[in-house]
Amino acid sequence: MITTYSNTMKQILYSGLLFILVLPGCERSVNDLDEPTFPTNPNVFIDGFSGGLNYAAFAGSVPAAFQVDTEVTFDNTSSSMRFEIPEVNDPRGGYAGGTFFTSGPRDLSGYNALTFYAKASESVPMDIVGFGNDLGANTYVASVTDFRVNSNWNKYIIPIPNPEVLTEEQGMFFYSFGPIDGKGFTIWIDEVKFENLGTIAQPRFEIFNGEDATTSTFTGVTTSVTGLNSIYNLPDGSDQLVNASSAYFNFSTSDETVATVDESGTITTGVPGSAVITASVGDIDADGSLTVESRGQFNSAPTPTRDAENVISVFSDVYDNVDVDYYNGFFNGDGQTTQGGTGPGGADLIVNENGVINYTQLNFVGIGMFDTVPSIDASEMTHFHVDINVNEAVQSGDFIRLQLINSVGNSETSGSFTINSNILLQNTWISLDIPLSSFSGLSSRSEIGLIFFISDNSVSNIFVDNIYFYKN
Amino acid sequence: MKTQNSFFRIQIHLILLAISVSAVSCSSEDSGPDWQLVWSDEFEGAAGSSLDQTKWNFEIGRGQNGWGNNELQYYTDRTENASLDGEGNLVIIARQENFQGANYTSSRITTQDKLEITYGRIEARIKTPFGQGLWPAFWLLGTTNSGEIWPQIGEIDVMELRGQQPTKIASTVHGPGYSAGNGITDDYTLTNSRFDTEFHVFAAEWFTDKIDFYVDGFLHHTVTKEEIENAGNEWVYNDPFFLILNVAVGGNYVGSPNASTPFPQSLTIDYVRVYGE
Repeated sequence: MITTYSNTMKQILYSGLLFILVLPGCERSVNDLDEPTFPTNPNVFIDGFSGGLNYAAFAGSVPAAFQVDTEVTFDNTSSSMRFEIPEVNDPRGGYAGGTFFTSGPRDLSGYNALTFYAKASESVPMDIVGFGNDLGANTYVASVTDFRVNSNWNKYIIPIPNPEVLTEEQGMFFYSFGPIDGKGFTIWIDEVKFENLGTIAQPRFEIFNGEDATTSTFTGVTTSVTGLNSIYNLPDGSDQLVNASSAYFNFSTSDETVATVDESGTITTGVPGSAVITASVGDIDADGSLTVESRGQFNSAPTPTRDAENVISVFSDVYDNVDVDYYNGFFNGDGQTTQGGTGPGGADLIVNENGVINYTQLNFVGIGMFDTVPSIDASEMTHFHVDINVNEAVQSGDFIRLQLINSVGNSETSGSFTINSNILLQNTWISLDIPLSSFSGLSSRSEIGLIFFISDNSVSNIFVDNIYFYKN
Repeated sequence: MKTQNSFFRIQIHLILLAISVSAVSCSSEDSGPDWQLVWSDEFEGAAGSSLDQTKWNFEIGRGQNGWGNNELQYYTDRTENASLDGEGNLVIIARQENFQGANYTSSRITTQDKLEITYGRIEARIKTPFGQGLWPAFWLLGTTNSGEIWPQIGEIDVMELRGQQPTKIASTVHGPGYSAGNGITDDYTLTNSRFDTEFHVFAAEWFTDKIDFYVDGFLHHTVTKEEIENAGNEWVYNDPFFLILNVAVGGNYVGSPNASTPFPQSLTIDYVRVYGE
């Protein structure tokens, strides 16, 4: 009985709704009524917070950087949003940043842009503004990084990459503004709302920033689709690039056995062969692709077995690594050509959840631990360990010189140890355990701040793993 | 898709409604021009076929000084640059390609010696290209039958658009003493739509003493014989004119394309119709 009753009620409700919806020529079909619908309120901040809107400052930002301003407003309305960007070294925080989000979701699929008016105390770039940051999954994040503001109110338009997915959105507006040339300033923003503009059109989409890239890789290696852009033509004829999260895109592979790609854009390499990763948004194919050339099984370095309490690790998935400034200092002013060491935690390849550095175009490269992180006190340590796999033919005369620098820039000392061509092997890991006493010239090792790999171009492509100090 | 279709249909109905309403209001305003269709091309035909050369001519090449405007394209009669789309439209396509020393190709078609008219309603339903440096136009030139040259022959620009301003068209007349940058012109700007995303109807109604310019049935610009003569100039619109459709690339009016200008770019023409009283 209860079931019947509620069904009847539903039918009545449906037919009533249908009647109302059909009259104004609404586009909804009956099927849509089965899905929950959320408010379509387009307003974010007009003359104050719209219904259900909350604000949270981002971690590390000045907590009170955002204030409602009743003095400086667009079109003399009652209030605007004021953002005070701190100077460098402001004890309250390093930047102004936060997100405006609603308590319950809104259906924004009927709009195609977030628009607002903005002005600033001086002509400055707005570091980042966007929507889709809901302090949760942040699924449909879209942002613009190239808006400039000046002392006049101007309208800004962020086209929604693909409106039809925004049926349940809570992230209405977010921003992050840092000091410019060390100085603080003020930005005002007003009339923030979603709109359906007939004047933005001609969408294009990009993965890998529209480039057709190729990667030579191994079975089990995972990598991500990057450079995800949405480009719409604005009423003034200019193109607006919006950085879009992967959820707006549908990814596909030309050969699932060689490479798979999941909905978040994570690519996993399979059997040897070649596969092309492409994407689309709605029914528009995105520009750009990644050709994955799988070389088959990756031979991982031997897994370290030393007791963690005897180890100070710089790069390894077995141990907790110390903080490092970088795994590639890019000393390009000194003639460095080396690439690599730039992936997550320095890992250029992640094979079966084990990160590996791949230095290419190697002449020299430094791993730094002295600039913003403590240097390593290796006084108690006896050995330096590293696993190296040369990814090319080894010629006589090839070498890799390891150099450790203590107390960088402050009466520093250094010591080096050279691995000769008779030790290095192509496509094979060599595990080196070098007594620290063999680093001739290293008079102290209480503040090791740089580890160099130097080949002077003799060896140009190496895999590196398990860099650590240990004591016997 | 269902949703989009029904929305699209509604839009078409609205457009049709607007057209019929405007036709009624025009005839009442103009105290009775009863327009009779005298010539048209509906561009029906197989996809990829060229246009009807009993009605149209191709103008080939780069003209003098880029057709007088430092334009960058080479006009061809190839179907790569002008062909029917099989859905009742003519498509003029501007391409970025090296051709006969030019960096772009496109097409320019005229009715010279095939349709020459004096007075009447000249109308086309058009969707424009977009992007910096694209310059589509629907216009008329006076014939040189009497040995006169531009600007004495007169020019009536029903519609021209700068690709970098996709919401705005201009309608202009050029004659002796009021040519080039001094043409008698007015803009029409769409507030919540664009000329490159949907079709719009552009028309000029040309009488013995005035020319009215319409966009989607909205009269946005009138040029009268009286105002031209009051300015000390000559009304040169009592002789035969012919129609022109083209997409120029670059030139004085729009400037050159830039790296973000997408190519190829299409001017899509649903029909061209000419009415007499």
